[in-house]
Amino acid sequence: MSGGHSTYNPTTGLGRWIDQRMPLPRLVYDSFVAYPVPRNLNYAYTFGGILSLMLVAQILTGVVLAMHYAANTEIAFNSVEKIMRDVNSGWLLRYLHANGASMFFIAVYIHIFRGLYYGSYKAPRELLWILGCIIYLLMMATGFMGYVLPWGQMSFWGATVITGFFTAIPLVGDWIQQLLLGGFAVDNPTLNRFFSLHYLLPFMIAGVVVLHVWALHVTGQTNPTGIEPKSKTDTVAFTPYATIKDAFAMVLFLLFFAYFVFYLPNYLGHPDNYIEANPLKTPSHIVPEWYYLPFYAILRAITFNVGPIDSKLGGVLAMFGSIAVLFFVPWLDTSKVRSAAYRPWYKLFFWLFVANAIFLGWLGSRPAEGAYVAMAQIATLYYFAFFLVIMPLLGLIETPRKLPNSITEAVLGKAKGSGTAVPEGATASPDKNV
Amino acid sequence: MSAHDTTEPTRRDFLYVATGAAAAVGAGAVAWPFIDQMRPDASTLALATIEVDVSSIEPGMSVTAKWRGKPVFIRNRTPAEVEAAKEVPLSELKDPVARNANLASDAPATDVDRSAGEGKENWIVMIGSCTHLGCVPLGQSGDFGGWFCPCHGSHYDTAGRIRKGPAPENLAVPTFEFISDTVIRIG
Repeated sequence: MSGGHSTYNPTTGLGRWIDQRMPLPRLVYDSFVAYPVPRNLNYAYTFGGILSLMLVAQILTGVVLAMHYAANTEIAFNSVEKIMRDVNSGWLLRYLHANGASMFFIAVYIHIFRGLYYGSYKAPRELLWILGCIIYLLMMATGFMGYVLPWGQMSFWGATVITGFFTAIPLVGDWIQQLLLGGFAVDNPTLNRFFSLHYLLPFMIAGVVVLHVWALHVTGQTNPTGIEPKSKTDTVAFTPYATIKDAFAMVLFLLFFAYFVFYLPNYLGHPDNYIEANPLKTPSHIVPEWYYLPFYAILRAITFNVGPIDSKLGGVLAMFGSIAVLFFVPWLDTSKVRSAAYRPWYKLFFWLFVANAIFLGWLGSRPAEGAYVAMAQIATLYYFAFFLVIMPLLGLIETPRKLPNSITEAVLGKAKGSGTAVPEGATASPDKNV
Repeated sequence: MSAHDTTEPTRRDFLYVATGAAAAVGAGAVAWPFIDQMRPDASTLALATIEVDVSSIEPGMSVTAKWRGKPVFIRNRTPAEVEAAKEVPLSELKDPVARNANLASDAPATDVDRSAGEGKENWIVMIGSCTHLGCVPLGQSGDFGGWFCPCHGSHYDTAGRIRKGPAPENLAVPTFEFISDTVIRIG
């Protein structure tokens, strides 16, 4: 799909004048109008567009909230209450921003699971996948620091626990923690720097998103068959086909978002965060925001020492490892078939993985006692086994179902198939005839 | 590096290396203040000492003082709590080191080393910050009758020693002294 000749043809004199000097309209036309996309994309493929929309929405609401918020431990909590009660439309902007973060994560999890299901990370899209993992990491950092800003009890104790992770690092851990906190405990310097970074990171995300989309437009999109487009009948133009489909999905997603903002604005938050931070009293049950719960469960599942690694360092390593493993997925999956639609066993283990991830999230919200700990240990084991054992092994032993010859054949049936025959399982290699 | 395949380094090679080295040192020198400003500032570092009057704390009572932004537990232990802590053999402890800033760093975690010392064994002064991830443990709870951290389930005994759960170390004892019979200075 890449390297195709531009079909942009400016019709006005002004258009030609600009095109010869700074061809931005040509770039937009080639990337978002004429750009060919597989004709069989389903609604799972609309979440990239939804995520772009959410990033813009979060930056817009965040910039205006920053006009009313004060990053000082004396007044931060009250300034948020002031936004809710005194600032015109402040309640709406804050609920949009707070729930927007949750919606952003719902969309990103669907986007990631879609990538895992359809094998979107396989060659030649490894860098595209890794850039996505980097965006996800930046999102987690941004979300965490944003949650600290209202200076409620969960803000304070969440920050204490999460910066405490770094003290598990031998020798330099305490130094790193003090560097992050600007002191010996979470306090005013911490709040100030988190506010600064919370404002910065979304723009870094936007920068990586540009790279992510660039990489996508070089390799082209995957599709539910996992077969690369081979002929013109396999693709349709981005505009109007994908544009309209993305826009419709965005409308549905915004309806879902609006339902939370207007009817359940605090459902995804925690009531303890409406109590002002108190450094002398830990809430009886600290939980992070829902979107970190699976990783929190993994952190707490390691209650035993492994050789020289004590349980604290082990938990932190397991938690960071659970995200780091995502970066290696393109090389852990040994199957030559991309899409789970043609991989019966992978499909089964994939859905087990989804259920397991949700289960881990639920365990993360429970207290770390009794049977919950044992269940978290089993679920953590499956989480890592999926990536480190099942993915590499299945590619070697699984017999994939027969692949269609082309996207067109998959959509319209064999009679109209226009692609050339390829040996089964050979489609994961980059097509040279496109 | 050289444009010519000579074995002798040329004058130009030297200039490349010297320029590169100067640029690397310069970049490091510029980067350091940007990292350095993140560290605790002078006002935070200014060693705060606090004095706490403990005359009204009867056996079985505790107070929590705030020192360096963290809670400090001061407890007047009951004789039963002291006895319970004394009876624990060191071999049963997850962390056998006292973690007492007033003693040598390898002092064993006996009850007397954890407390305010001979004659004042009823007093225990500890930073109330769980050595796992920094939550404040709850007093007089948990499986060992000492402290229990609600965040990730660490149990400490009546001498503040870690007995069960993910925390790696005993609760830290800060530098402190009795400056009179009823006043403790911490820090």
